[in-house]
Amino acid sequence: MHVGLFIPCYIDQFYPNAAIATLKLLQKLGVKVSYPIHQTCCGQPMANSGFEHLTSGCNDLFIKNFAEFDYIVSPSGSCVLHVKEHLHSHEEEEKAVNVRKKVYELTEFLTDILKVEKLTARFPHKVGVHQSCHGQRGLKMSQMTELVAAPFSKPMQLLQMVQDLELVELSRPDECCGFGGTFCVAEEAISVKMGKDRVADHVNHGAQYITAADMSCLMHMEGILRRQNSQVKVLHIAEILNAEEV
Amino acid sequence: MNTGRKDHAGLADIFNEDEARVDWHDETLWFVRAKRDKAAHTLPEWEALRENASQIKDNVLSNLHDYLLEFEAKAQQNGITVHWAADAEEHNQIVHSILKAQNVTRIVKSKSMLTEECHLNEHLQKNGIEVIDTDLGERIVQLAEEPPSHIVLPCIHKKKEEIGELFHEHLGTPKGESDPQFLTAAARVHLREKFLTRKAAITGVNFAVAETGEFVVCTNEGNADMGAHLSDVHIACMGIEKIIPKRKHLAVFLRLLARSATGQPITTYSSHFNKPRAGQEMHLVLVDNGRTKQLGRADFRNSLKCIRCGACMNTCPVYRRSGGHSYHTAIAGPIGSILAPNLDMKEYADLPFASTLCGSCTNVCPVKINIHEQLYKWRQVIVKEGYADTGKTIAMKAMDFTLSHPSLYKTAGKAGRWVMKNAPFMVNNKLNAWYKQRDMPEPPKQSFSEWYKKNNNE
Repeated sequence: MHVGLFIPCYIDQFYPNAAIATLKLLQKLGVKVSYPIHQTCCGQPMANSGFEHLTSGCNDLFIKNFAEFDYIVSPSGSCVLHVKEHLHSHEEEEKAVNVRKKVYELTEFLTDILKVEKLTARFPHKVGVHQSCHGQRGLKMSQMTELVAAPFSKPMQLLQMVQDLELVELSRPDECCGFGGTFCVAEEAISVKMGKDRVADHVNHGAQYITAADMSCLMHMEGILRRQNSQVKVLHIAEILNAEEV
Repeated sequence: MNTGRKDHAGLADIFNEDEARVDWHDETLWFVRAKRDKAAHTLPEWEALRENASQIKDNVLSNLHDYLLEFEAKAQQNGITVHWAADAEEHNQIVHSILKAQNVTRIVKSKSMLTEECHLNEHLQKNGIEVIDTDLGERIVQLAEEPPSHIVLPCIHKKKEEIGELFHEHLGTPKGESDPQFLTAAARVHLREKFLTRKAAITGVNFAVAETGEFVVCTNEGNADMGAHLSDVHIACMGIEKIIPKRKHLAVFLRLLARSATGQPITTYSSHFNKPRAGQEMHLVLVDNGRTKQLGRADFRNSLKCIRCGACMNTCPVYRRSGGHSYHTAIAGPIGSILAPNLDMKEYADLPFASTLCGSCTNVCPVKINIHEQLYKWRQVIVKEGYADTGKTIAMKAMDFTLSHPSLYKTAGKAGRWVMKNAPFMVNNKLNAWYKQRDMPEPPKQSFSEWYKKNNNE
């Protein structure tokens, strides 16, 4: 099995540790992983702003970088959902369809493809899980509170394998954090208010860390936490799942 | 997008100046969402019920022409006078002409979002006809000279103290009195006199049954019934999408409607109007007003399945924190944001962008409208039709060019990294909307790509 590592542009440039943890975790689980060095961005920022018709360059580059792998894995539910739903190609639609089928968000890849049942990580802290919407409602990584259906959560299933980690309960387990791509600046007031409310739910329930399968939500919440001089930190789920035993 | 009047973001800014009030508004609506969840969870068959409702509505939309004609024929047989209105203006004219023929100058009206959409009140008042809204929430916003901020809970944005003040001013209740029970009793006395003295009543329609020619009006206050039963002329106004094929289908929709709206098992009154009583005139106005145009838009047609429960508003984290008036249209929230651009794409170009696309709206929708996917699709249409500002278009073209050329993207050196300069939170304009209330991420010493090149351990 050869996995292509898809690292979203903002993770590449702002949160390299999340990417490194993803790579190391996959390698630790015995997967052969390569990172195509010429990757840039999936095109989601443009598409969500109404410019999907301008993303063909991004799409073609993505296909060129990733078409040959058995699986494509990324530590971002949102970018994966974009590829799954909107990646097309004028010349090579067959390849595009194939890419859409084999792209996975990291935690669903671990639970559904690798069928991971135990991890060696230890993380002795209280952790709040933010269910990022695109991963949860788009990729169905966790059950959604709106539906009358049996609960499950792929990220939580994995976090429960981490030694000494304590999950905190939230008042609103799956409310949006308000990042929303360009929404975060176009609708600044609402975006910030949503972020403040989300952060408060975690803080009020004693979380020392807020984690998620999407770094973009965490980046937004981190911006708010730091402005509040809070001691609470954000950490991508890959960094917790790959945390060294102490 | 912004022609003098403020857009959603601008209006939301103003709403957010009072954070304690935003918290109150958010909690109030979240409480309704929680009640909806509780009610839904009492029915193990909930998801099947939604699917069933969705399929019935799909059938209706695919056979609308036939069902409408079937309904018209049956309604006429029952003695109802049926009118057809192509748009809001024609609807308003029809209603006015019926009232004029009877020399009626004062009427009561129960809740009808269609008449809000058509701005009927303004039209009738301009023509010298007084309209009293009899739904308590609607009467409150009418006294405040505001439009409803929510389709089911029209005055949900008002605190009880503010309502007390309004009632003191208009109904003569004691100053400072804000006890809900007291105020409701005062409204009851006030409205009772209107019911008894007005000769014409307008109601909305929740469902119209093709098979029987009857229509059903759902209320909790019984005000539609009071108005209709005491009137010599009953005019019911409905959008053409309110048709359902058979009476038995009510069993599906009535179970979903109130649970989704307020968490009640069913509305207090589900009144069936079949025919006028002896001596009464009953009119029914079927209104298109853009609905057939929406039916012709493949990506957006199923927005016409909406039964106006308001669940998408209660769950929407943006609606809860921006208030209904920030949508500057009769039907606010997620559903309003996919309906409004059909009526006027330029005026409502901002609404599909007033969302994080979180998808909660789609999950609560009792008729399974893919609301958040339609928001995304409207964005594409609005940009293609030229309603995005040109600066944004040029920026997006530059973005695609850079992102399709890895060498440009990874210009040597940390300072040259493209994302660092172009990510929405790094954009270095004088307003920097990210930085106003949030810190920026701290740039690391090296990017992942740089690390990978040095530590490539495949």
